[in-house]
Amino acid sequence: MRRLEPQRWELPPDRLEQGIEDKKPLYDAAEATAEAHRCLYCVDAPCIQACPTDIDIPTFIRKIGTGNVKGAARTILSANLLGQSCAQVCPVEVLCAGACVYNEWEREPIAIGRLQRYAVETTLARSPQLFQARPATGKKVALVGSGPASLAAAGMLALEGHTCTLFERKALPGGLNTLGIAPYKLKGPEALREVEWLFSLGRIELRTGVEVVKQATGPEQVSASELLDSHDAVFLGLGLGADSRLGVPGEEGAGIHGATLLIERLKTERGLKLDGVRRAVVIGGGNTALDIAHELALLDVEVSLVYRRSEQEMGGYAHELEAARVDGVRLLQNRQPVEFVLREGKVAAVRLAATREGRPVPGTEEELQAELVAVAIGQERKPPVALAFPGVELDERGRVKVDSGTHRTGHPKVWSGGDCVNGGKEVVNAVAEAKLAVRDMHRHLMGE
Amino acid sequence: MADLSIDFCGIRSPNPFWLASAPPTNTGDQVMRAFDAGWGGAVWKTLGNPIVNVSSRFGGINLGNSRLMGLNNIELITDRPLEVNFREMREVKRRYPRNTLIASLMVETKEEWKEIIQRSEDAGADMLELNFGCPHGMCERGMGSAVGAEPNVLEELARWAVEFASVPVIVKLTPNVGDILEPGEAAVRAGVPALSLINTVKSIMGVDLERMVPLPRVGDASTNGGYCGPAVKPIALHLLAQLARHPQCGKLAISGIGGIANWRDAAEFIALGASSVQVCTAVMHYGYRIVEDMIEGLSDFLDERGMKSVSELRGRAVPQFRDWGELDLSYRVVARIDADKCIGCQLCSVACQDGAHQCIHPSKEAGNRVPVVDEAECIGCNLCQLVCPVPGCISMAEVSSSPRESWNDRIARGTDSVPGGLETTAAARRKGA
Repeated sequence: MRRLEPQRWELPPDRLEQGIEDKKPLYDAAEATAEAHRCLYCVDAPCIQACPTDIDIPTFIRKIGTGNVKGAARTILSANLLGQSCAQVCPVEVLCAGACVYNEWEREPIAIGRLQRYAVETTLARSPQLFQARPATGKKVALVGSGPASLAAAGMLALEGHTCTLFERKALPGGLNTLGIAPYKLKGPEALREVEWLFSLGRIELRTGVEVVKQATGPEQVSASELLDSHDAVFLGLGLGADSRLGVPGEEGAGIHGATLLIERLKTERGLKLDGVRRAVVIGGGNTALDIAHELALLDVEVSLVYRRSEQEMGGYAHELEAARVDGVRLLQNRQPVEFVLREGKVAAVRLAATREGRPVPGTEEELQAELVAVAIGQERKPPVALAFPGVELDERGRVKVDSGTHRTGHPKVWSGGDCVNGGKEVVNAVAEAKLAVRDMHRHLMGE
Repeated sequence: MADLSIDFCGIRSPNPFWLASAPPTNTGDQVMRAFDAGWGGAVWKTLGNPIVNVSSRFGGINLGNSRLMGLNNIELITDRPLEVNFREMREVKRRYPRNTLIASLMVETKEEWKEIIQRSEDAGADMLELNFGCPHGMCERGMGSAVGAEPNVLEELARWAVEFASVPVIVKLTPNVGDILEPGEAAVRAGVPALSLINTVKSIMGVDLERMVPLPRVGDASTNGGYCGPAVKPIALHLLAQLARHPQCGKLAISGIGGIANWRDAAEFIALGASSVQVCTAVMHYGYRIVEDMIEGLSDFLDERGMKSVSELRGRAVPQFRDWGELDLSYRVVARIDADKCIGCQLCSVACQDGAHQCIHPSKEAGNRVPVVDEAECIGCNLCQLVCPVPGCISMAEVSSSPRESWNDRIARGTDSVPGGLETTAAARRKGA
């Protein structure tokens, strides 16, 4: 199988993510066929019910088994245009594969993610033209942000014949798919290749380095009102904000990073080195914490994952913790940093206190040596750009408020989906929300 | 421990497991290794005037992850000089006097039959098997299945063999006939003491859709081959049972062939009238070593059933092979699903809805994936049990039945008319009664 590099966007060479091996590499035809033949082809299958995007999993698996791999890809992508990245990043253990009837029988569930990757990746490499966009409708849609929700929405809208423009603050499209996925699941070039395919579906334009704001003051800014005036509909796929901070003394020291920013640097920065980093401390208990901890461990760093409550209370998936542990991550539960010890401005150790009910217990402090710290305790919400659109409101947790059936916001021409609405879920959830929004947007655009 | 040795037309064999005439019995070295592994006998690769073979020669059919559910070949008889074959046979018989050595033969003229039978016996063959079954290549030259499909020709050639031979003669039958009893009766008329069946089934294994050439491919073309392996076992069992229950054919010794791969297959053939069994495809797939399980499995089975020898098993199931008209119309079973074993795949329900009699329904209870059988509507067809992936999950339970009655009983009583048919038929029946 030829490894395709994206043509349109380039990532620099010598990135740390390149040194991390794919945990679930692409099946070859024989492996895929053998695994496909294990599938029972259930009726009203639990795996479909567990997929937020309703992919007809038994049907696409059967098609792989018969050698109709292109048909399998068509089945997947008709339900989920981000079938490639979802195949690689979905937590199948708690979604489709977790619902497989084989679990009931105490047998290994079908490797649905790997089969999906095989179908989509091999098909798109050989015959990417699976869909034909409808004739142009003349309707224009602006999409703010180019992460999974916006990408999926743009692809579906383009297939309906609408013209889409994505406005991306950063230099590369794809959002967290390009910048934030653990490299052992999906690397930057793979995400960009998917974006390229998606853009080939129809009339989709990308403007990078452009920020949507309430009132533009420079050439790299666009006003929300201008977007509303020049487009028939707007989709907000804003994602989440910057990494939250602990507010602990010493946090400004060198070597202390926000987790998502550090992951982004591992994935995109040329020549980034972890020289002198032997021990790292990761703070947090969610999936981002598990990801960065696991990535650092795979880069030969000794990683301690510090969580202020018990293992059972962790927000991250148990299967991800298990996988991280296999690669050397050590969990310190019921501990919390109270101070970062700096030496010449650089972090040298983390002072940890034992916790009770998530609060530090005085007198229990101890020091943990570390040359690097990643803080993964969440990301900022309340995206200011959302509030630049009149009528768009946020809920008490800073999430964009939408109608759950249509994903339309308080503004009649503005829809929204993805992390900025759900507070931070999976790529597949972003796609599912984009599907709901696009259904309603299309009705609106066609004057139905 | 049960006695696995058998008496086949007066010839003793250490066990009923013989290698069929095929690639696994091509050479003396192979046959000796097979006997070392435990095979009781071997039918040598068919001897005749040496031929030329093509490449490739085999085609396979897979089912899901299982390879070689069926195998076909377009290989002909031995391609080695007769003298080499006879020399090796002599050596095998000298070293393995207790094992059964059978020469499979295929020639054309009476003189050729006389000569080859004489030379086979001189080489030490315990028996002769007349290859009247091979359905590819040789039949185009008037041999193999061309003989087996023509009862009169079969009878004449078999008569020659009986006349020339001093050892028992087995006629190997082809399944590529409309009625197996016709060649079977011809063999009886010729006076042979034994039959073997089935030879392979005429087949094309598939089509190479890139080249538009059938399989197996020989350059730019293919030809029909002989199909064997697990897929043909049901065909073989039926033809065996037809002969075994026939008043004359059933008196002959029969060597059962067709998809036998393990002791259970062998036991089934023996229960339907075979005295020995012959194996080819399973050995081509896995090697001679499979015989260990066959010997052990059959021996344990006989012990568990309190049978002292293979002959006690022979033909046990033949009386229960009946015509449809003799089946009990009152016997009823219904499907029962074990909710504890059910994994909720619902294959039974779709099979019943689309492929059977619409009596299995998804549960109405939310979250419950165990389907429900409407026993009043269940006609006991078995389909659900056959598609269920979990062994023992669906069972067919016998439900109270009325006294035994067959269709033939109804004919005898004049009650063989079911409402809803053609008036003219019903009227004709009334008149006849």
